[in-house]
Amino acid sequence: MLIPHPLLGLRDAQEFTYLGDASLMSPPPSDDPEALERHVHLRDNPAGLLRELWFHEQGDRSWLVVTRDTRTHEILGAELATDIRREGAR
Amino acid sequence: MDFNGFRVVWEGLTGHRGWKPLWRDPDPKPAYDIVIIGGGGGGLATAYYLATVFKEARIAVLEKGWLGGGNIGRNTTIIRSNYMLPGNQPFYEFSMKLWETLEQETNFNSMVSQRGILNLCHSDGQRDAFRRRGNAMILSGADAELLDTDAVRQMYPFLNFDNARFPIKGGLLQRRAGTARHDGVAWGYARGADRAGVDLIQNCEVTGLRIEAGAIKGVETTRGYIGAGKVGVAVAGSSSRVMQMAGLRLPIESHVLQAFVSEGLKPCIDGVITFGAGHFYVSQSDKGGLVFGGDIDGYNSYAQRGNLPVVEDVAEGAMALMPALGRARLLRSWGGLMDMSMDGSPIIDTTPVDGLYLNAGWCYGGFKATPASGYAFAHLLATGQPHPTATAYRLDRFARGLPIDEKGMGAQPNLH
Repeated sequence: MLIPHPLLGLRDAQEFTYLGDASLMSPPPSDDPEALERHVHLRDNPAGLLRELWFHEQGDRSWLVVTRDTRTHEILGAELATDIRREGAR
Repeated sequence: MDFNGFRVVWEGLTGHRGWKPLWRDPDPKPAYDIVIIGGGGGGLATAYYLATVFKEARIAVLEKGWLGGGNIGRNTTIIRSNYMLPGNQPFYEFSMKLWETLEQETNFNSMVSQRGILNLCHSDGQRDAFRRRGNAMILSGADAELLDTDAVRQMYPFLNFDNARFPIKGGLLQRRAGTARHDGVAWGYARGADRAGVDLIQNCEVTGLRIEAGAIKGVETTRGYIGAGKVGVAVAGSSSRVMQMAGLRLPIESHVLQAFVSEGLKPCIDGVITFGAGHFYVSQSDKGGLVFGGDIDGYNSYAQRGNLPVVEDVAEGAMALMPALGRARLLRSWGGLMDMSMDGSPIIDTTPVDGLYLNAGWCYGGFKATPASGYAFAHLLATGQPHPTATAYRLDRFARGLPIDEKGMGAQPNLH
């Protein structure tokens, strides 16, 4: 798989480590332990489009949010996680 | 007795016109007492034990494709009970005992072969960990032997003992472990279940669950609505998709695991060898092909195929452990869907929906569990109580802080 890094262009997925669903970026408030537990353990696990976190560990060490089809491994786009954070979206 | 020497000779002389299908191909009835979703190893074993041991009647197994077409037909056929944690090891040892009598039980040649599994260790720390694991195995009634380098060398002289990074310092051997003919396991359970009156309904995909007032009433399928008193879900990598129909999110991610087989070779490996440090394990099938694999690819997938980096990683592991393997040619490779749970251990439990039961989270280790998985799930479906060896496999164990994290990796499925 090649990941279209917004700054570095197409990079081999082997340079990245995988964390999972991009919703892991936005934990619920820490005073709600039940929501935190769900956040840590439960997943949508969709068969289809999934926004997910990849860390460019052997590159520029940025976190990317990659949109990928889990049925075909087709990658539809990648954004910097910091940009998404700044815009306040998930 | 469908198969015997006389019959084979007779059919050979008469053009093989007398063989009959091993099971019926019934149309779905309007309703059943128990509907099992998933006609793989887990679902078929569950139906078999429900009908034979727990004497339940009016059971159906719904399978979207053909029987045994999922992970029971895509694994590397290893059976073992070399776990450590108290929630796991008694269950897998129960499974091992069921394997030992499986062929007598189903009267089907499942080619259960107790050829032994050897886990290699490469450091003093790893040997200590293996000693602890071996003692835990023995406490559960299983067998375990700690071997030193010379004993390993006697068994497998062709391994690379002097690898600079991972010199072989010994191994943990379970002699009762081994392999089984995976398709034969599914077929044995299928034939046994069918003869006990279970309807095995193929090409019947579940498209919805009918739930009224918090209780299951039946399932919508591509072959019409089927009423059900209880519904058991045993669909491995598709667990999240099916349970989503009940509005449930699971502590599961679906990942892809690849496996490989070489061209047929003369007998050279008589047991199963695992090289955990290098992400590689290998055994030899009775046809002569070396069956081997490594780690999961590491990203969510429903594709049933993996990517080349893992092929390279497994090949590197093979060369590091058994340089002679470099002369063998790869015949084929394939991938299967793993229902990776948050602690690497399975779930056999009730759900918040009355009458809806879940059997999932087998990660990449479901095959060895097939008999006990079916038995324990049947026990739960029939009695409402978990089987004594499966009491820890609760769906809410994460919320209660009681995960069974065999590898100690935390809630990160691609690390288990």
